[in-house]
Formats: sequence, C-alpha cells, structure tokens
Amino acid sequence: MSMKSKNVFRLSVSYVILIILAIAAVYPAVWVLFSALRPGSSLFSKSFFPSHPTFTHFKELFTSPSFQFGRWYWNTLKIATMSMILSTLLTTLSMYALSRFRFQGRKTILTTMLVLGMFPGFMSMVAIYILLLQLDLLDTHTALVLVYSSGSVLSGFIVKGFYDTIPRSLDEAARIDGANHLTIFWRIMLPLSRPMLTYIGLTTFTGAWVDFIFARLVLRTKEKWTLAVGMWDMVANFQNSNFTLFAAGAVLIAIPIMILFAFLQKFLVQGLTAGASKG
Amino acid sequence: MQRHRRTASILSFIAMGLGQLYNRQFVKGILLLCVEIMGGYYFVSKLPHAIWGLVTLGDVPTHLVKVGKRYKNVVGDHSVNLLIGGLVILILFSLFIIIYVMNVRDAYRTGKQRDEGIKPSSFRTSMSYVADKRFPQLLLTLPAISVLFLTIMPIMMAILLAFTNYSAPEHIPPAKLVDWVGFQTFIDLLSLKTWSHTFYGVLIWTVIWAVIATVTTYFGGLLVALLIDQKGIRFKGLWRSLFIIPYAIPQLISLLVMRNLFNGQFGPINQYLSYFGLGKVPWLTDPTWAKVTVILVNMWVGIPVSMVLILGVLTAIPKDMYEAAEVDGATPFQKLRVITLPFVFFATTPILITQFAGNINNFNVIFLLTNGEPVNGNYQYAGSTDLLVTWLYKLTLNNNKYNFASAIGIIIFVLVASLSIWGYRSSRSFKEEDMIQ
Repeated sequence: MSMKSKNVFRLSVSYVILIILAIAAVYPAVWVLFSALRPGSSLFSKSFFPSHPTFTHFKELFTSPSFQFGRWYWNTLKIATMSMILSTLLTTLSMYALSRFRFQGRKTILTTMLVLGMFPGFMSMVAIYILLLQLDLLDTHTALVLVYSSGSVLSGFIVKGFYDTIPRSLDEAARIDGANHLTIFWRIMLPLSRPMLTYIGLTTFTGAWVDFIFARLVLRTKEKWTLAVGMWDMVANFQNSNFTLFAAGAVLIAIPIMILFAFLQKFLVQGLTAGASKG
Repeated sequence: MQRHRRTASILSFIAMGLGQLYNRQFVKGILLLCVEIMGGYYFVSKLPHAIWGLVTLGDVPTHLVKVGKRYKNVVGDHSVNLLIGGLVILILFSLFIIIYVMNVRDAYRTGKQRDEGIKPSSFRTSMSYVADKRFPQLLLTLPAISVLFLTIMPIMMAILLAFTNYSAPEHIPPAKLVDWVGFQTFIDLLSLKTWSHTFYGVLIWTVIWAVIATVTTYFGGLLVALLIDQKGIRFKGLWRSLFIIPYAIPQLISLLVMRNLFNGQFGPINQYLSYFGLGKVPWLTDPTWAKVTVILVNMWVGIPVSMVLILGVLTAIPKDMYEAAEVDGATPFQKLRVITLPFVFFATTPILITQFAGNINNFNVIFLLTNGEPVNGNYQYAGSTDLLVTWLYKLTLNNNKYNFASAIGIIIFVLVASLSIWGYRSSRSFKEEDMIQ
C-alpha cells in the first residue's frame, strides 16, 4: 500500500469509529427529547421519531394535581439562587485569604480542608439530620442552603489556584500607593476575579439544582420538594407508568444546566486539571 | 522593671479583661470582661451536664410510669441529643479557652510595652492593627464558623457514633438508651459472620468496580482524544462538542434515563436486540449483567471527562518533538509510543489517582441506575451492585443501623485518604506551590 492510500484507510476507519461513538454519545439525549414529544405515556414505542409530536406532557407537568412541578421548579430556583450567593461569598473570602496571605496555621487549614473532603458526605448525614431536627430546621429550605454553602467552601481549591496566579506585584503596588487590604480586595481583586465568581456561582447553582441525596433527606413534605427529589420519586415509585411525562420533566431540568455548561466549559477543564493538583 | 507585664498577665488570668483594664485599655477590657461573665455563667451551668451526657449517654430512657390507674409517659435521657449537645458545648468551650489564652497573651504583650516605656495602643489603633495585620483571619472567620458547625462537627459526631451501639431495633432513643461499645462495631463488621460476609463481598466489588471504572473511562477517553487529534481529521470542534454532551447532562437525569433505556421489558436497547433476532438481555435484573451495565453506563458518563482532559494535555506537547522524530524517520505509531503516550501518562497520573478515589465513592451511578439491586439474599441489607458508600446510605436511611454505617464511613475514609495523600504528594504543585508567583 502506498503512503497515500494508507492514510485514506486510516482516516476512513477513524471516521467510522467517530460516527459510531457520536451516535452512542448523543442517542440517549435525543431519545428523551423525542419521548417527551410522543403522545401516550408508555416507555415502549414502535418508531424512534414521534409521528405526531405534541407538547401536552409539558403542559400536564404544570397542571396535573398529582405533580407539583411548577412549585418544585420555584423551590429549586430559590434554593439554588440562595446557595449561589452565600457560597460565592464564603468561598471567595476564604480562598482569597488562603491564597494571598502567609500566616500562622495556613498549611494546617489547607490540610484540614483536604482531609475533610475525603470523608464520604453521607457519613455526616445522620449527624446533620439530628442537628437540623434539634434546631427545628428539618423540612426547610434554609437548611439546604446552609449545608450546600458550607460544603462549597471545602471544594474551593480551584478558586485558590486562580488567586495564586494573580501577580503579587499588583497588590504590592497598591499598598505603596496607600490602599488598605479592604480597598485592594474590593477595588482590585474582586473586579479581576469576575470570571472566577461566575464559575463558583454557576457550579454551586447547578449543584443545588440537581442534588437529590441531601434534599431527599431534609425535605419531608411534597410541597417543599425540589425538582430532583420529585423526578427521582417519579421514577422510583411510578416505575415507567408515565414515562413520557418523566421525559418532559427531564428535558426541562436538563436544558438550563446544559446552557450553563456551555458557558462553563472552559472553567470546567481548568477545574479538572486543578482538581488533580490541589495546592 | 518587669512589673507591668507580670501584673497584667496575672490579672488577665484571674478574669478576662482585668489586665487590659490595668493597662488602661478600657474599651477592650470591658468587652473582654463581658465575654468572661457571659461565658463563665454559660459554661458553669452547662459544662458539667454536657460532660456527664457525653460520658454516660444517659441513664434513664423515656418510659411509662403507673400513676394511679393510668400510665404516664416520663421523658428520660435522649442519648443522641446528649451526644450532640455535649459536642456543641465542648466546641464552644474550646473556643472560649482559645480567647482566654489570647487575652492573657495580649495583656502580657501590652504590659511589656509599658515596661519598655511605650504607651499602650488605644482601642482605635488596635482595631486598625487587626484590620491590617490580621486581615486574612478576619476574612476566614465567617467561612470557618460555617465549616466548623456544618461539616467538622457532623463528621466528629459520625466518628463517635461508630463507637456506640446506636442501631435499630435495640438502641434507638428515646425509648432505649445508647451506650459506648468501643471497637465492638468494627469487630462485628469484620468477624461476625452475618456482617463480615456482606462487608467483604461489597468491599471486593467496590475495589473491582473502582479499578474497572477508572481504567475503562481513562483509556476510552484517551482513544477518543487520539482519534480526534489525528492529523487530517476534520471538524475537530464538532466532534469534541458531540462527545462532551453526556458530560453536560446532569447525572440525575442521564442516569434515570439510562435506567429506562436498559429496562429489560420495554427498554429500546432490548427492542433493537430483538429486531436483530438476538434475545433480550436481563440488563438490570441479573447480578452479573447488572454489574456489566453499571460499568457500560459509567463509561458513557466518564469518557467525556477523560477526553476533555487528555485533549488539553495533547495540545501542551511541544510540536518540535514531533518534527525531530519525523526527521529521524519515525512512523506515526512510533511517535505515539515514544512521545505522546509517555507525556500523557506523566501529566495525568495524579488525576488518575483522584478519579480512582472518586470511583470508590461513586454514589450516583450505582444509586440512580440500579439502586444497588438486584437483591442478594446472602447479603445483609445490601444488593449485588451496592458499593460500600451506597450500602452506608441504605444502612442509615432504610435500616437505622447508624453505628455500622459510621464504621463503614470510617473505613471508606481510610481507603480514600491514603490514596489521595499518595496522589497529592506525587503532584508537582504540592512541592512547588509558590513557584507561580
């Protein structure tokens, strides 16, 4: 075989593999989208494409008395927004301090954070449950917001990494000009960290948006549920009896997150690499 | 000559703030004195009961007492509330002690300044000193409090629970008391036949799962990345976006969808298989097939992550290395073997370790896809695909075996922590943290 035909062969094999893999990657998403548009309620269908697409399932989600989808959507939005604000505040404050200042106990704090991150989150669930019970916070959204926000502080290493890369000379110059720490933080660092603030904000928002493990533990009444708990319940308790409705709900939950993801892609890649070298 | 520093520290040791008052720092002194009075009152009234509660975990359970002809409910000691209350008070008390020590040190320092003829700083200058020199500590206060009470304390409590017998049906307050049992829970878990059989079974599957899940997603991602990165492949951006879609869908949704996709009766996958005349596969109902399904689905979820990562590493390889290799007449395969792969492996080893540790705790894939099922009759409260972490969850939420759940949590922690520390130590940024500056 000549060099050229060898190349053509290599490329065509690669294209075939890529196409097969792409179908496998995209198929479930497309399947759910089409199921959401399909009339009827069953999981089974004769054809892949819906022959008479309909939006009734989306309407039913918000009107059916047995699902309180609209309410869950609102709850989730509220919890996610509050967690976003609080955890952005907590994470920025702590990571800025840990990155730019050298003080006694800094290494200890960093090590403690790493170690705490290694405990399986469920381990402390019983304790948090009892604590919330004692504080009369069970079945409240406040409890979720507090727990999500304090949890996000521990995973703030990527934020620290970001502040590590901002040159020291910048604040030294400002110090010489007579600025105090608060001014430097407020006037120089915060504007510079806008991309990072966006990153923390959006990741905690999505985290709260899709978490169901903790939400399920804390939220006891159906009116207080979040989308994730509701959707999980739909599959776990009404196993496939109304699959198309579930698919419609899935589309409504996934689409905002996928849009956010498109914005976040660049950061997520950074996060993955930084996650490996927590420093 | 050393008069002031000694008197000030002794006075501050007797009661917070006295030394500061002696040093004529009145605002600071009065503030500290208030803390002393309130704290002192609080701890004198609470501390003994808290310690008693932590040591005994209660003496009298809630019970019925016959009063005349009626039974009356008498509220007794609630062991778990005693435990958590005691813990909170101990934490508050240690904070109080820290403030106390700082107060004595402050009085000593100011006294020393006075001995040396320096005028003690006013409240205003102290405040600006704190804002300037203690700025990082100031920033950390709020996050530290939230982490202390919402993360550290629950973990401490969970660790303590592993050394009690807090479990259904014998030891659930308020009707029954909980007691300290030392390492008994661990001993039962590792050697009592009913428990150890499940524990070792689940542990072995957890390790097998973590190894296979890590290896398949890593090499799958490597393969896809190399395919896209090849010379001559067009629409690189399009391929990349297509393969990243599984990563963009929230796991909650994609895994619940997969559960339907792999449904043995109505799922489309079995539908297609029967079109081709192949039989239906019991994807989620047969123990072995369920394990295969979990791994397949995890590949679907995890390969995009590795792909993105490795594509990033590939762009970082210096191009002149390839050019030099071409001049020497290397084949594409040789270039791959000698340049690309070593470079990728070197850059991604620490990530591989964290991914392995992450897979040990991969709750989502198992819980949402199979819920640990199919049921395994030989297991204690666990199904065939349960990992340690999902077993822990079930023991907590469904079976109220809190002590066993906590013990398993500690074992998982030891496993993951040793792996992560190893990975962390071998990562370069640990050794060269300040290099970037």
